[in-house]
Amino acid sequence: MQSSAQDAGTPYVLQMFSVSKTFGGVRALDDVSFEVREGEVHCLAGENGCGKSTLIKIVTGVYTPEPSADIKCFGQSIRSMSPKQSRAMGIAVIWQDLALFPHMSVAENIAFDQMVGNLPRFVRVGSRLDQVKSILDRLGVQLDLDAPLNTLPIAQRQIVAIARALMGDARLIFMDEPNASLTQSETDHLLEIVRNLSAQGVAVVFVSHRLAEVLEISSRVTVLRDGKMVGVFPTEGMTQARLTELMTGASLQQTVAARDRSAAKPVLAVENLTRHGEFENISFTIRAGEILGLTGLIGSGRTELAHSLIGMTKPDQGAIYLQGRQIKPQSIRQAIDLGIAYVSEDRLSLGLIQPQSISDNSSISVLKSLLNQIGLLSPDKQGQMVRHWINELSIKIGDPDDAVSTLSGGNQQRVVLAKWLATEPQLLILDSPTVGVDVGARAGIFRIIRHLAENGLAILLISDEVTEVLFNSDRILHMNGGRIVNEYDPRQTSVDALEVQIYA
Amino acid sequence: MPRVLRELGTVEGRLLFVIILMFVGLSLSTDSFLTLANLTSLLNNNAVNLIWAVGLLVVLIAGGIDISFAVAASVVQYLAVYVFGLMGGGNWFLGFVVCGVIGIGLGLINAVLIHGFRVISIVITIATFNAFFGLLMFFSSGRSVYLLPDWWTDRIFIFEHQSASGVWSELNLAVGVMVACVLVTWILIRFTNLGRQLYAFGDNPEAARRAGVNIALMQALAFGWMGMMAGIGGLMQVNIVKEVVPNALYGRELEVLAAVVLGGARLGGGRGSILGCILGVMFVAITQNGLNLLGISPFAFNMIIGAAILIAISSSNLSFDIRPSRRAVLQEAAK
Repeated sequence: MQSSAQDAGTPYVLQMFSVSKTFGGVRALDDVSFEVREGEVHCLAGENGCGKSTLIKIVTGVYTPEPSADIKCFGQSIRSMSPKQSRAMGIAVIWQDLALFPHMSVAENIAFDQMVGNLPRFVRVGSRLDQVKSILDRLGVQLDLDAPLNTLPIAQRQIVAIARALMGDARLIFMDEPNASLTQSETDHLLEIVRNLSAQGVAVVFVSHRLAEVLEISSRVTVLRDGKMVGVFPTEGMTQARLTELMTGASLQQTVAARDRSAAKPVLAVENLTRHGEFENISFTIRAGEILGLTGLIGSGRTELAHSLIGMTKPDQGAIYLQGRQIKPQSIRQAIDLGIAYVSEDRLSLGLIQPQSISDNSSISVLKSLLNQIGLLSPDKQGQMVRHWINELSIKIGDPDDAVSTLSGGNQQRVVLAKWLATEPQLLILDSPTVGVDVGARAGIFRIIRHLAENGLAILLISDEVTEVLFNSDRILHMNGGRIVNEYDPRQTSVDALEVQIYA
Repeated sequence: MPRVLRELGTVEGRLLFVIILMFVGLSLSTDSFLTLANLTSLLNNNAVNLIWAVGLLVVLIAGGIDISFAVAASVVQYLAVYVFGLMGGGNWFLGFVVCGVIGIGLGLINAVLIHGFRVISIVITIATFNAFFGLLMFFSSGRSVYLLPDWWTDRIFIFEHQSASGVWSELNLAVGVMVACVLVTWILIRFTNLGRQLYAFGDNPEAARRAGVNIALMQALAFGWMGMMAGIGGLMQVNIVKEVVPNALYGRELEVLAAVVLGGARLGGGRGSILGCILGVMFVAITQNGLNLLGISPFAFNMIIGAAILIAISSSNLSFDIRPSRRAVLQEAAK
C-alpha cells in the first residue's frame, strides 16, 4: 500500500547526508544518506552488520557521527545529538527487546519516560491515566492498564512500547525488527496500527528481516550493504527477490527443490494422533531423506504436534511409529535417545545457553558419549566432536571457547543444529528455523538442511513463511484448527496459490 | 480482571490471610497473646527490625541485596559513641543526624564499590560485611560500651497504659521512629519519581539505562537509604538495650532478609511493597512470639521460618497463578 506521504511536497522530518562512522578501523557507515518524510512509512533494509543499528544509534544520539555529517531534523540543522535531545525532538526507537519493565503496570510502562529525572518530585499514581487512555484510543486498542506487563503477550507489549513512544510526542518512530516474534495475524494488526499512525502524520521507519510485510506497507526502502548506501527505492514494483539481491549483493535464485521420496523407507509414521484442544486425527509419514514442510497459522496446532512427537506432551489418542516400531516418548530425554531431535522456535532463549562457549553448547546433549574410562568428561573427545560439526556446518567462529552470544543469528542457528545433529538423530524437527536470521544466512542454513536430507535424515520443517516451505520441502502439509486440511506438491503450486490457501 | 481478585492473588494478600489465621489461632489458644501488654511488647521488640526491613526493601526493589547492614549498624553505634564523646554529650536531634549520616556514608561505600567496579551487590556486601565486622572487632577489641550519654539510654514512652490489674503497657520511642521510617520510605517508593525509577531500574536495568535513568544515582539512593535506616535502627537499638555490644547485631541481617522476602519482595528486583514488608516482619514476629507463648522449643522458630520461605516462594511460582493457561490461550486463538 502506498501512502500519500510520498508526495514531493511533504516536508522531511529527517535528512542525513554524508554520515560516516568508524569503530577501531572498521568502517561501520561510509558516506550514507537517509531521508524520511512526514507521515512516511520507510523501510531500512540490510543484512546483519550492514550498519542499520549504527545509523539508528546516530539518530538517537548514542553515537556521534564523523564531522562530515550534515543532519537536519525537523528542519533544524544539527551537528550531533544527545539521547535526551533526540527524544525531545520527537524521535523514538522501539528496540527489538522492547526495553519495557515486566513487573510494572501497563500504564506505568507507557508513562515511564515522564518519571525520569534526577531531582526528586512527587508523582501521583494514575495522574497521567487520561493521557495514556487517549493514546491507546488513538491506536485503536484496549488494554488493561493496571495489569503487570508480564501478563501480556508479546504482541500487546509491542503496542505498549508504541504507546510509550507516542506519550513522548514522537513524530518519527524507528521500529527495530518489530515482527520478528509476531505471528501473521499479530503482524497484520501491527501494520494496521502503523498505517493509522502514518495517517496521523507520524513517520515510521521499519528495520526488518521479514521483507514481505515491510514491502507491503512502506512507500520507500533504503538499502544498506557493508556500511555503504546501495540506494533508496520506491517499494512499488519491488519484489522480495530483487530486494534480497540488493541487500546481499548476490542473486539468490530460489527454486523449488522438491524431489520424489515416495520409494524410500518410512522413518516416522503418525496415525490418528489426537490431543484434545490442540490437534485431531493427525496422520502422516516422513521417509528417509525427505523434507516434509508443515505450515499453518499460529494456533493451527503445528508446534503442539511437534511437542507431542518429542514427548513434551502426551497425546490422548493415536500412535507414533519410528522405523516401524511404536514409540511413546515420555520425556524429551527419551525422544533424544530414540533418535528424534527438535530445534525449537525460540532457539535464542531455549536452544542455547548464550554466555557459555560454542563448544559447551554444541556438546551439551551428548555429554554421556564424551566420557572417558573413569566417567569424566574428556576434553579430547569433546574437541573432536565440536571440530567435526563446525566443519560440517561451516560455522564461522573465532575459537570454540568463545561465548555463543558473540555469534551472528545465522551462526547461532548452526550451533543449535550442531547440538542436535551430535545426538545422531533419525528425525530432525525444525520449528521456524530462520526466525531472526537474515536473508543471506538463511540460504546457507537451507543448504545444510538439504545436505542432511541427502544423507538420509528425515526432516520435519515447521514454518509459517510460505516461501520457506515451498522452496525447501519435498511435500507440504497444511494444518488448520488442529487438523491437516491439505497436502501440496511444491512442484505443482506457487507462492501465491499457497498464500491464498493458508491466509484466506 | 477485577482488582480484588488480583490483590488476593498477590503475596501480600496471602500473607495477610495467614497472619489473620495465626492471630485468631493464638488469641484462642493462649491467654496472654491478645493482651495489650503482649502486643505492645511485640511492637517494641520488632521496631528496629522493621526500620531495617524498609531500608532493605528499597535495595531489593532496585535489584540489589545487602548483607552488611546489621554489622554496619554496629559500626554506626561505635562511631556515634566516639562522636558524642567529642561533642561532650549530644542530644536526640544530633543523634539522628550523626547516626543517619554515618549510616549513609557506609551505605555509599557499598554503592560506590558496586557501581564503580560493576560487581554484583551480594559479593560486595559480603565483602563489606566481613570488613566492617573485622574492623569493628579489631578496634573495639571486642569490648562493649556501657557508659553512654543519658539522653540515649533514657526510656521514652510515646504511649502508656495501666490495666485494672496493675499491668503496665507502653510503646517505646523506637515504635514512633519506626512509623516515621515506614511512612517516609512508603512516600519515597510510591509517590516520587525517584521511587518509580528504582522499581524500573530493578525490573530491567538496561531498559532503564536507555530511558535515561541515572544508574549511579539509583545505586547511591538504594544503598544510601539502606545505610540511613541501618544507622537509625542502630541508634534505636541502643535506646532499647542500653549498651553497645560489637557482635550484638551480627546475624540479624538474615532474619530481616527472610522477613522482607516473605513479604513478596523479589530478589531479582522490581517488585516489593511496604505492606508486604510490614506483613513479613509481622509474620516473623508473631511466629516467634507464638512459639514462646505455646511453650514450644525456640529452635522450632528457624525451622518454621525456613519452611515458610520455601512455601511462599514456591507457591508464588506455582498454583496461585491466575493467568489463563497456555492451552486455554491456544484454544481461544484457534477459534
